Amino acid sequence: MNKKTAHELNNLLVNKKISSVELTKAVLDRIDKTEGKVQAYVTVTREDALKQAKAADSRISELPDTRIPLLTGIPIAIKDNMCTKGVLTTCSSKILANYIPPYNATVVEKIKAAGAVIVGKANMDEFAMGSSTENSGLHPTYNPWDLERVPGGSSGGSAAAVAANECILATGSDTGGSIRQPASFCGVVGFKPTYGRVSRYGLIAFASSLDQIGPLTKDVTDTAILMNVLVGYDPKDSTSVNQPVPDYQKALIDNVKNLKIGYIKELLGQGIDQEVKASIEQAMKKLEELGAKLIEVSMPSFEHAVATYYLIAPAEASSNLARYDGVKFGHRSKEAKDLLTMYYNTRREGFGAEVKRRIMLGTYALSAGYYDAYYLKALKVRTLIKQDFDRAFMKYDVLLSPTAPSIAFKFGEKTADPLAMYISDIATIPINLAGLPAISLPCGFSKKAPIGLQIIGRAFDEETVLRAAFTYEQNTDWHKQIPEL
Amino acid sequence: MAITKKDVEHVAKLARLGLSEEEIELFTRQLSAILDFAGSLQKLDTKNILPTSHAIPMKNVLREDKVVTCQNTEDILANAPAEEDHMFRVPRIIE
Repeated sequence: MNKKTAHELNNLLVNKKISSVELTKAVLDRIDKTEGKVQAYVTVTREDALKQAKAADSRISELPDTRIPLLTGIPIAIKDNMCTKGVLTTCSSKILANYIPPYNATVVEKIKAAGAVIVGKANMDEFAMGSSTENSGLHPTYNPWDLERVPGGSSGGSAAAVAANECILATGSDTGGSIRQPASFCGVVGFKPTYGRVSRYGLIAFASSLDQIGPLTKDVTDTAILMNVLVGYDPKDSTSVNQPVPDYQKALIDNVKNLKIGYIKELLGQGIDQEVKASIEQAMKKLEELGAKLIEVSMPSFEHAVATYYLIAPAEASSNLARYDGVKFGHRSKEAKDLLTMYYNTRREGFGAEVKRRIMLGTYALSAGYYDAYYLKALKVRTLIKQDFDRAFMKYDVLLSPTAPSIAFKFGEKTADPLAMYISDIATIPINLAGLPAISLPCGFSKKAPIGLQIIGRAFDEETVLRAAFTYEQNTDWHKQIPEL
Repeated sequence: MAITKKDVEHVAKLARLGLSEEEIELFTRQLSAILDFAGSLQKLDTKNILPTSHAIPMKNVLREDKVVTCQNTEDILANAPAEEDHMFRVPRIIE
């Protein structure tokens, strides 16, 4: 039963065909059987999960069927950069290896209020910096489709746990593609909502003008259901927007007749693997058969998106990560004879190579004499990227591209050359710079590894993205494929 | 644009980041390559372009400055690397 989706399981739970305790035990058994191979989790909260499952079962027996929230009793994994009160939250970093948050992130509060059962905290690239989960300071995660390949990142643990049926759904965070790219690599659905849609209170900050929380699920319907739980204004996050929140399940319409879809020329040319390109072109043909109008659109500024992102994101990170100083929480070096050596040694011992690299890069881009040439220049190019999107959305309802230029790569393939790793984010980064909503959903395979289709929408128009994705999904069966493990 | 070992040492100091000799060598090489790559932005004409710091319009949000009691002092202090009498203990900062 752990292979089923949340909406299928909700039906079984409400009709008392299964209990949440049975379901949660099935998920925990699955974790026991597969974690040796996949290592998707940093922490499994076995006892607490069973307690929550019992509570969910009594809620189901007490409430009238129509008033039981859809996620009641459904096992969920939380990315380990979201604070869980009383439960270890490491951000997959040695510097937070013993951190027990005194409060819940707003999304965790919402997930608990919705009755979902938290089964554990999912592994990630340290501080969400990476595209393969190889940068986890704790251990790597393996792709359930091919254990020699990476699961993507930074939400690699979340994506792998969903793909391996070690949970029913999961949360992720996306700064430059960290939900969508692992979803693509693991053959699941991943959605980054518009910047400001979801509260980030309790999300450990990486790059504050880019970070956004979203769902990783087995199908588009589950994504809409989890979106309904996650979104909304939060006075505790001053960047969350006070806008009316639609019912995303109502956006699940199997119809794309006359929908104008722009496919991005620059993301179907040089640097994109042939098999990926072929799958995307098949998906485009499918959408055309279903009545959508597909037109090529050029986004000339995308050429500069990776460089822009890798100045802005590290600059913001260097500032956000200044708080890890060994004073109030987290690791403190034993070599701390005065304040300065405490800072130097705590940060030297606590941070991994990629985090150090980005702190260095960001500090440099912000430092006196280089601010205008690097950081300010990048902010201006960000405007050009946003203008390309504005122009495109005057003509098209959604835009389409591959989520990643390749299928999941093998371990070690890109670790020696940071730039090679950065460039693999080319298709997802522009969306974060412009703050837009975008989904990745399965659209094919190459060498038995999944390929992801990305659909991008206007700011705050998650509904059209969901409609296009739902229509494609209902008329294909890529999302029903399950890895053999 | 090549950056030197001295640049790397200076930036590490600004970031309060202790680095080993090997890391300084490695970052000198890698940061030079990344900044070279980022140098491509210089070709773009952005004379009349305003910078975007947030994709969605944002404004400062202020709240009333009000004293409230902290409910979970114990949980917060439990994370302290060193604690004494409900205070964070740090190395001596004044001689």
